[in-house]
Amino acid sequence: MHTKTIAELISGLRNKDFSSSELTQHFLDRIAAKDERYNSYISVTRDIALAQAQAADERLATGDAPPLCGVPIAHKDIFCTQGVRTSCGSKMLDNFIAPYDATIVDNYQRAGAVMLGKTNMDEFAMGSSNETSYYGPVKNPWNINCVPGGSSGGSAAAVAALLAPGATASDTGGSIRQPAALCGLTGIKPTYGRVSRYGMIAFASSLDQAGVLTRSAEDAAIMLNVMASFDDKDSTCVDQPLEDYTAGLTDDLTGLTVGVPDEYFGEGLNPKTAEVVQAAIKTYESLGATIKPISLPHTHLAVPAYYVIAPAECSANLSRFDGVRYGHRCEDPKDLADMYKRSRGEGFGDEVKRRILVGTYALSAGYYDAYYNKAQQVRRLIKQDFVDAFADVDVILGPTSPNPTFEFGSKGDDPVAMYLEDIYTIATNLAGLPGLSIPCGLVDGKPVGLQLIGNYFAEGKLLNVAHQFQQATDFHQQLPPETA
Amino acid sequence: MAVDQSDIEKLAELARLQISHEAAAETAQSISQVLELVDQLQAADTRNVSPMAHPLDALQRLRPDTVTETDQRESLQAMAPATEDGLYLVPRVIE
Repeated sequence: MHTKTIAELISGLRNKDFSSSELTQHFLDRIAAKDERYNSYISVTRDIALAQAQAADERLATGDAPPLCGVPIAHKDIFCTQGVRTSCGSKMLDNFIAPYDATIVDNYQRAGAVMLGKTNMDEFAMGSSNETSYYGPVKNPWNINCVPGGSSGGSAAAVAALLAPGATASDTGGSIRQPAALCGLTGIKPTYGRVSRYGMIAFASSLDQAGVLTRSAEDAAIMLNVMASFDDKDSTCVDQPLEDYTAGLTDDLTGLTVGVPDEYFGEGLNPKTAEVVQAAIKTYESLGATIKPISLPHTHLAVPAYYVIAPAECSANLSRFDGVRYGHRCEDPKDLADMYKRSRGEGFGDEVKRRILVGTYALSAGYYDAYYNKAQQVRRLIKQDFVDAFADVDVILGPTSPNPTFEFGSKGDDPVAMYLEDIYTIATNLAGLPGLSIPCGLVDGKPVGLQLIGNYFAEGKLLNVAHQFQQATDFHQQLPPETA
Repeated sequence: MAVDQSDIEKLAELARLQISHEAAAETAQSISQVLELVDQLQAADTRNVSPMAHPLDALQRLRPDTVTETDQRESLQAMAPATEDGLYLVPRVIE
């Protein structure tokens, strides 16, 4: 049962090939037996899962079953889940029991999905390797000496190790697409505002967007259908008509124009990764697409702009963690200032502290114009690059990540080396565009991700373009050797 | 722009973040690396470019000023580090 896609599980449940209770128990057993090796879950919500599965079975029996009825999924531990610890990978929230559900958690519950548990992640979603989690690093099922990517590394490892058929995730600078690439999965970050951020613990509010990690584009479409909604509780959510993302999956690609940016194939790209991505371009040509070289001239400024804007927003958002109302409080504070400083000093890890300090610096008097304002101006230049490109092309294609997965600790003490792993994904967040990663081959036994970027609200088109690639190739069906 | 140990200690004070003297030195080094990266922005020509706050340039939505939240004080305070009579307790501020 664990090798089936979500599409297959939905029909299996409806045909009564197996019950949701059997299916859920099967995944819980697999997690209990195997997750010690991967550390992909922070919390396993066994009792909730079995109760939800039983309720799903009752609904399936009556024929009144919502779209994901009885399908088990995992939620990234950044999403609030009522009555369940929601840690965001931090010591700060190790004792935090969310008092409400995130809108997307509620959406999945109403769609009948079963929650298996909460997945591991970089602390407050700040990281590209899952090494910053308070709960320890997540191992990549393709090679357990290597990172799964981050920050949604737990969601990615859980899906790749077949410990969940699909998982929710979030992406501020590449945190869905990069782990998808490093773990051989399909991952989509929708347009900014397409999915509610209510109940998703904020890192950088103008960049954060929730999405999904699955083993196929079809499964991503099925999951995104449930996740996307307009939500009054998120003031930046965009009131855009909902669409059925599965409807256009089978559309033919003849006449599609694919833009390939020169800047995504320059210095810094692993030559073996480049080769695999070039082969994918050939596949698209054979599917009837026209390939058009394009330029996104401000690409080199995306990482610098991001490392002003994201830390600035992070320093503001994380100021709420003060040890007063919830979260970690230090022992025996001598006064209020001591309580704030020690609670935060003890509750946050090094990378989170570094970003709070960079953000505090960028926003401090005398530096605001030189850093924050400048970065927001550059952000518009980056967006304009994409607007100009989309005048001539339907989708943009390139590598998701410059390298395949790397060994733990191999980026050393230089934070910038790690930041550059997100060089191709960050611009999409700055512009607010949807982006998707699909597996397109292996390099030295490690998966390589192909990134597709679409115009605003073109998630359906992206999923169609990804699905057609997956009809012509079988990279998405390859499993980590120890899982297969 | 490079920062030193004492800059980090000032920033940490502003951010209400305890950081040891030794850690401040290390942090100064790694933050200087980050600032060197972001200094690349200074070369960009941004004359007449307006800063971008929302990818779709959306404006803040307004809603009617009606009560939508229910009273959840008890459940919310259940996870607070210290409360008394429905209030959050912190160390004494005024002697």
